[in-house]
Amino acid sequence: MDPVLDTIRDTTLTYRQKVSALARLGEERSAPLRISPALQALRDAGIVCDLNEGPAPYRPRYILPDYAAYLRRGSAFLRVEPPKDLLEAIFALLGIYRHVPSITGYPVWIGDLDALLEPFVEADPAALGPDGELSPSADKAVRLFMEQIDRDNPDSFCHADLGPRSTAVGRAILRHQRGAGRAVPNLSLRYDPAVTPDAFAEAAAACALETAKPSFANHPRFEAEFAALGLAPYAIASCYNGLPIGGGSLTLVRLNLARLAGRALPAPTGAAADLGAFLAGPLAEAVAATLAYIDERCRFLLGESGFFASSFLASEGLVSRSRFTAMFGLVGLAELANALAGAAPGSADRFGRGGAADEIGQRVLAGIDRLVAAHRVPGLEAAGGRALLHAQVGIDSDSGVSPGCRVPIGEEPPLHEQLLRSAPLHAPFVAGAGDVFAFEPTAKSNPGQIVDAVKGFFASGGRYFSCYAADSDVVRVTGYLVKRSEVEKLRRGEAVANGATVLGKGAFDNLRVLDRAVRK
Amino acid sequence: MSAAAEPVGLVARILPFSAVDGPGNRAVVFLQGCDFDCSYCHNPETRAACSGCGACLAACPAGALADSGAGLPPRWDQARCRDCGACAAACALGSSPRARRLSVGELLGEIERYRPFLRGITVSGGECTLQPDFLAALLEASRARGLPGLVDTNGGSPLAARPRILAAAEGFMLDVKAWDPAEHRALTGADNAPVLENLRFLAGRGALFEVRTVLALRGGGPGGGETGGAQEGAFDLEGTVRETARVLARAGSRARYRLIRYRPYGVRAARAATLAEPDPALAERLAELARREGAAEVFVS
Repeated sequence: MDPVLDTIRDTTLTYRQKVSALARLGEERSAPLRISPALQALRDAGIVCDLNEGPAPYRPRYILPDYAAYLRRGSAFLRVEPPKDLLEAIFALLGIYRHVPSITGYPVWIGDLDALLEPFVEADPAALGPDGELSPSADKAVRLFMEQIDRDNPDSFCHADLGPRSTAVGRAILRHQRGAGRAVPNLSLRYDPAVTPDAFAEAAAACALETAKPSFANHPRFEAEFAALGLAPYAIASCYNGLPIGGGSLTLVRLNLARLAGRALPAPTGAAADLGAFLAGPLAEAVAATLAYIDERCRFLLGESGFFASSFLASEGLVSRSRFTAMFGLVGLAELANALAGAAPGSADRFGRGGAADEIGQRVLAGIDRLVAAHRVPGLEAAGGRALLHAQVGIDSDSGVSPGCRVPIGEEPPLHEQLLRSAPLHAPFVAGAGDVFAFEPTAKSNPGQIVDAVKGFFASGGRYFSCYAADSDVVRVTGYLVKRSEVEKLRRGEAVANGATVLGKGAFDNLRVLDRAVRK
Repeated sequence: MSAAAEPVGLVARILPFSAVDGPGNRAVVFLQGCDFDCSYCHNPETRAACSGCGACLAACPAGALADSGAGLPPRWDQARCRDCGACAAACALGSSPRARRLSVGELLGEIERYRPFLRGITVSGGECTLQPDFLAALLEASRARGLPGLVDTNGGSPLAARPRILAAAEGFMLDVKAWDPAEHRALTGADNAPVLENLRFLAGRGALFEVRTVLALRGGGPGGGETGGAQEGAFDLEGTVRETARVLARAGSRARYRLIRYRPYGVRAARAATLAEPDPALAERLAELARREGAAEVFVS
């Protein structure tokens, strides 16, 4: 078996997908990271995982360039002059995206598009119609912009933000997304009930029911947290990762709590007594190992990779080293809490039912939060070197592991109970946590229902809310979007442009994504 | 207001979250007791009040019902109830022993936890206007808490005579089950004169949020069923939809007109045999008719 030749001959891969896979095989010929035997054992056991980041990191995992600065100043490296009108701004943006590195080769954040483009609309009397909406020519430019983003970046982790203000550009984007049935870009509405008008929020909800996007981000919460860390402004990138604009995250390493559950002591004397031993023993060790891996990946990226010395993004001030954080991800809180609580399937103590496992889940989460907050990643300037928690959504090969702190699919309580129980669990995840809900197609006649649920969820402390209607072709897998019709193509052995479709197929098979409870 | 005791209502069920009972997310309060006997009723256990006969006590497989003695309704243990419906099935009146007597304060206390998620409440039934004082007090108290209330009614009681309810309600949802009086009587056992009077009155006041017509065909008994059209004895769905839409259009009403395709879920078996489901194409044709007649917004569900 020759992985290079296998990749070359694989008829389900496009040319770009092959180049990316071959690059990875090249990277694997080197092993510059210092990994202790104890950490390697946890990696081999699937407890600590770098989520396909590669053994020799040569670019930060999540890069959020300061596109507003780019549009103000242009780029000497790209030979782009500061744009003077909407069309020039759109071409300037399309011109930079392919130069923004990531793990997949496609940008994970393409900007707060409405905020970036609206000034060009406001400055041009011909761009706005008498009704306050885009003129036909401006509207067409925005539509083609969105279509081109989808063609250029066939990758579901490519994410754009809207809001919190309602703008003509934002409304046009929602209008075009509704009819388009495209998985790219992933979209978030940064929602602030004090700023975002109900009509705009309802248009977003109606769009989400049809196309699984945008999701709603709790803007006041994210904004306040990033300001407190000295990292404002923030944006939502990739799945639902809250990160600083003009920086991002060097790495995301995750701890699989479901896999760690097997290392808990048997609980004949009651779960609570063992919980203390588990928190101080296996859990603390695994958290320390995860942090050690984060430290090592950051050391290499900051000190050896040469990224910040060579990238025009850094030399032109579109990203700065001091705004890159590191993410500590976790999955499988539900499975661990159920194991520690001894909660058998169907029992009222199961995670998400408001009983013993919920309480244990909260304590495990608080324990991890304390350990991560106390650690400082050497050389990391952002947030004083503190890694930020992230409720990771899982990978396609996960089986029997629920994303982040979510209730397992098939065990969801009624919508209102799930929203109330989930909201406090989102609190420690400054770098993102989210829940996904599938609704009956009839919800499309009442998008205000979604907005009301979001309002209540955010008022209760929830961070991020995604939804789609059960009959939508575009489905939110865990954090990213795929088209069911494309997954079917892949099953028939045909190549599809979007690499995330492969991940979606795995998740459909392993994570029962299509079995989510459908809400009335 | 006088110092009279807080009104108490007979409440069949509280649904803390609903997306299909008015705009946004709403808590729905179902009051017990209805004066119509609709063939397609999907919660027939909310019609009659419990007589306290005790026939359901032995039927409950979960031990959730206890004898109160003295001909009173049984005590219902909500935590034990499995919601299986065996009690209603065993009831000679088709009633439910699970209706509870609640004060306005107790009722609103039960939905307080969900208030951040709610845009308002909807009071339904049963037929909520049969408990007019409780309904008015509930609407007033709920509105004072920031949750305005919609009233979902069969239209059997003239609302022009209920100024307190009219003043306290955010709006009304009304069923127009049939335009033809004989047809209405066959479907519901009741006269439709007050329904049509309410339709005109509420539409004229701009107080209608939604009007509904259930689209059901006359069934041919078990295994039978029509496919629509003008057979002898078929319901005149076209006439009902056309006339209702005309009233809305003439009044300039902004009310949504919802056409609900009949489905047999929850319907009493003997009654379900008298009805048949219309095909989606017929529903769409009727929706188009309502739009042509000038109804503001027409939905099929």
